[in-house]
Amino acid sequence: MKTLADLREIREKAKREMAQREQTARYRIVVAMGTCGIAAGARSVMSAILDELNKRHITDTVVTQTGCLGYCDQEPLVQVMQPDQTTITYGKVTPEVARAVVSEHIVNHKIITNHVFLQK
Amino acid sequence: MRELALHILDIVTNSIEAQASRIIIAVDESVRDNRLRIRIKDNGRGMSQELIDRVLDPFVTTRTTRPVGMGLSLLLQAATDCEGGLKISSALGRGTLVDVHFKLNSLNRMPLGEIGATLSNLCIASPDIHFYYRHSTDSGRFVFDSFWLLAQMAARNCMLYTLAGESEQRIREGVLAISSVA
Ligand SMILES: Nc1ncnc2c1ncn2[C@@H]1O[C@H](COP(=O)(O)OP(=O)(O)O)[C@@H](O)[C@H]1O
Ligand SMILES: [Mg+2]
Repeated sequence: MKTLADLREIREKAKREMAQREQTARYRIVVAMGTCGIAAGARSVMSAILDELNKRHITDTVVTQTGCLGYCDQEPLVQVMQPDQTTITYGKVTPEVARAVVSEHIVNHKIITNHVFLQK
Repeated sequence: MRELALHILDIVTNSIEAQASRIIIAVDESVRDNRLRIRIKDNGRGMSQELIDRVLDPFVTTRTTRPVGMGLSLLLQAATDCEGGLKISSALGRGTLVDVHFKLNSLNRMPLGEIGATLSNLCIASPDIHFYYRHSTDSGRFVFDSFWLLAQMAARNCMLYTLAGESEQRIREGVLAISSVA
């Protein structure tokens, strides 16, 4: 049985660890979770990304979610924020495309051009 | 939407956008009262009375990217289709409570769906937020705290997403053991 102090210590350790990973992450993947995104399948897209990152033992990428990005007809949307601060937005992302974003974009640093919706 | 768990994801995303740091999700099933109740409570920026009054109208949103909001009005519609209802209580700077209920045995009531995927993804994608899920039924109670994920991560020294499948399964099984709507 862990004491409250132990739990607090674990929480602090986890917080430091997360902050460190945020700092050193090269890529940031953001899944849009507004109403339209969710209705179009964004939750499965997120699950596919998490699963693929885990399978490939990737440790330099953080995954977050955001709300509506304002392009409802292009949902599900996935943004990849790159080491050079540019952002690639993929549109109409299926779980298969989401896995390819990890295996091609994150692992091989190759943008999947036929699924790019916005680039800036 | 085909699942209540997808609506929960949508409503919790409102809380995240409102800068909440603590979000409580409570699901209560009662066969005796023939009622399924879902409450989502956050400590985010809150809503003015004027916004609450307008927000269940599908043509209201505060976002600038498009003219209509629809998450809350969609859920209200789902509730009224099941002889239920939806209430919002909020105070600016304090937080918001969305309280929705359905007639449990209504033919129109959606299944709860993949609540494990909803919660697991939420916790992993927003690790700074404390999520607390409580599910009660006539036969018992299941609780999931996002702190479990952080503790596992710290103890095993792994990435958060290494725990995605495991936490999803843990939640699914915990809910299945007590629930009639999962
Ligand atoms: N938990 C919350 N805290 C603060 N404001 C909220 C919350 N939930 C909803 N709102 C406000 O109500 C509006 C309508 O929400 P919603 O129906 O989900 O549509 P949308 O999120 O697409 O705007 C939001 O734009 C936001 O301003
Ligand atoms: Mg919303």
